[in-house]
Amino acid sequence: MGIHRGHKARPGEWLAEKFIFLVSLSAILMVLLIFLFVAREALPVFLGQTNTALVQKPIPPDEMDKHSPAELQAYLELTPEQYAKMDKATLRSLMDVKVEAQDDVPEDFRNDPDAKINTTEWQYLVESHKWSGYDKPEYIWQPVGQIKKFNIIPLFVGTLKITLIGLLFAVPLAVGAAIYVSQLARPRAREIIKPAIELLSGVPSVVVGVFALLVMATVLQSIFHYQTRLNAFVAGLALGFAVIPVIFSIAEDALTSVPRAYTQGALALGASRWQTAWQIVLPAALPGVFAAAVLGFGRAIGETMIVLMVCSASVMSWSIFDSARSITTTIAAEMAEAVNGGPHYRILFMLGALLFAATFISNMIGDFVIHRFKLKLEGKK
Amino acid sequence: MAEISIPKLAPPTTSVSAAQTNTPFIEIEDVSLFYGASKALKNISLKLEEKVVTAFIGPSGCGKSTLLRCLNRMNDLIDNVRIDGAIKIGGHDIYASDVDVIELRKRVGMVFQKSNPFPKTIYENVAYGLRLHGMKAKSDLDARIEECLRASALWDEVKDRLNSSALGLSGGQQQRLCIARAIAIKPEVILMDEPASALDPIATARIEDLILELKKEFTIVIVTHNMQQAARISDQTAFFYIGELVEFGATAKIFTNPAQKRTEDYVSGRFG
Repeated sequence: MGIHRGHKARPGEWLAEKFIFLVSLSAILMVLLIFLFVAREALPVFLGQTNTALVQKPIPPDEMDKHSPAELQAYLELTPEQYAKMDKATLRSLMDVKVEAQDDVPEDFRNDPDAKINTTEWQYLVESHKWSGYDKPEYIWQPVGQIKKFNIIPLFVGTLKITLIGLLFAVPLAVGAAIYVSQLARPRAREIIKPAIELLSGVPSVVVGVFALLVMATVLQSIFHYQTRLNAFVAGLALGFAVIPVIFSIAEDALTSVPRAYTQGALALGASRWQTAWQIVLPAALPGVFAAAVLGFGRAIGETMIVLMVCSASVMSWSIFDSARSITTTIAAEMAEAVNGGPHYRILFMLGALLFAATFISNMIGDFVIHRFKLKLEGKK
Repeated sequence: MAEISIPKLAPPTTSVSAAQTNTPFIEIEDVSLFYGASKALKNISLKLEEKVVTAFIGPSGCGKSTLLRCLNRMNDLIDNVRIDGAIKIGGHDIYASDVDVIELRKRVGMVFQKSNPFPKTIYENVAYGLRLHGMKAKSDLDARIEECLRASALWDEVKDRLNSSALGLSGGQQQRLCIARAIAIKPEVILMDEPASALDPIATARIEDLILELKKEFTIVIVTHNMQQAARISDQTAFFYIGELVEFGATAKIFTNPAQKRTEDYVSGRFG
């Protein structure tokens, strides 16, 4: 008896609580595991262990013993585990293959300076380079071919371009719709519009992609008369449709949860409903609305299918009427054909890791800003 | 509510005391209000005078707040509300079709039960209404804001932190800020819906002093649950019961010598 019986008194509740705790812990664990896996696959790129130079100075198999195991491992592009498992005979035959591969290099490339370049070095990944056959330094993503060009800048520019167009289109529309539905619409209109917009989030992105590819692209071209039919502008707009319901739902929640007392106070001062919504309710809901935009950004930057269907040429251009290829699209389109463990494969994983980091950092910044907004509204700052 | 037997009443007797000779400023004529099919106000007629504090008292759900909200048409915001009868303020029918609700609410200000300053700075809270009605110049705003904060006895407490958030103020200060915000746009009438019910006795006393001060310039209608408060600050009192106006007259008379048995039961604390 007594009141100090602790958790043992209610084993059911104790168990349920621990179970829920485990479930939430597993979410963190999943995120961590995914990141670790992606980063591990990308590690050789970060450590400079990949080499794509077409023309390499071959090591004759007979001189095998003159080189350290580390050198041999790098030369044969093996992981330490793979290297450790191999006996001398296997290594020797691998070295034969390597020499033969050098003999197979097409004659055209023998004297090409590009053929001696390891294109997975950071310099070639992020800086422009004057490749032979080009008259000025260029950023090029061309992962297939004799000389593989892995410049990631066009992909980042493409991602940014499409995402920003998508957000510029989606945020004002979604927030506007949220203001209308939560503040201005009559109940009847609200009951129709709200589910309709939220239904949009149930449309598979493939379907949005098809619509953009066949309908939007043509219509928009006939309006704006640009040259490339499938471009970042069309992709961004289509992306906007996918992002609108996400932003709308959260912004609408935030606006609806602004205390009625604020609205009434403003109306009693002689503000119109529009003034009240715009000048009182929206500022009071700003943290939530901003959170909605951050979430929309995450959804937009991660959206693959729509962009993949609408445009995917990796041109380096800031123009929104040129094509663009986003990072996620690149991973989706190329992962299946990249040689497992090869440089292309590694770089795709590196892109994934960078995207992960970028999203993580932008979410952190978003959280920080939201927190500041909240403190300011509550008068604690 | 306690089970007490209240005699079924004859039609409401609006015994406006003949002692008052001022012309009525707010005329409520045979007003009924329906929420859907239920009748929340039943044929209420009242005449309120200018620059007088009128208290609406009565048990919860008696319709006193609803009637108050009719006076600046805040009930318009609720769906399914229908109002019959006429309400005239300064001779104009405020439910006439050509009335601009915004102009009406500028003339009839309101202070709510729970203080509701906007999540903005103290300065911006008062400036908001002024800007709405066209005051732009910083010097005009500064002058009027100081004047209103002084009038609501808040100036000395907040003059050094006008640019900090209004939500950092205490409950009583917030309510006085709301009063300052309401009087800033120079209304003719101020409606107060239990303005001190969420405040401690000291803050309440300050609000009451303020009301007595404001009476010199504004016509005030106050809804209150606090009988002593009604007795302290009001000149006229109207007692409502389940949507009916039971009795209306000089506060002194209502509290000392009511004509109706039900009024007497209520003000003496026998029910409510």
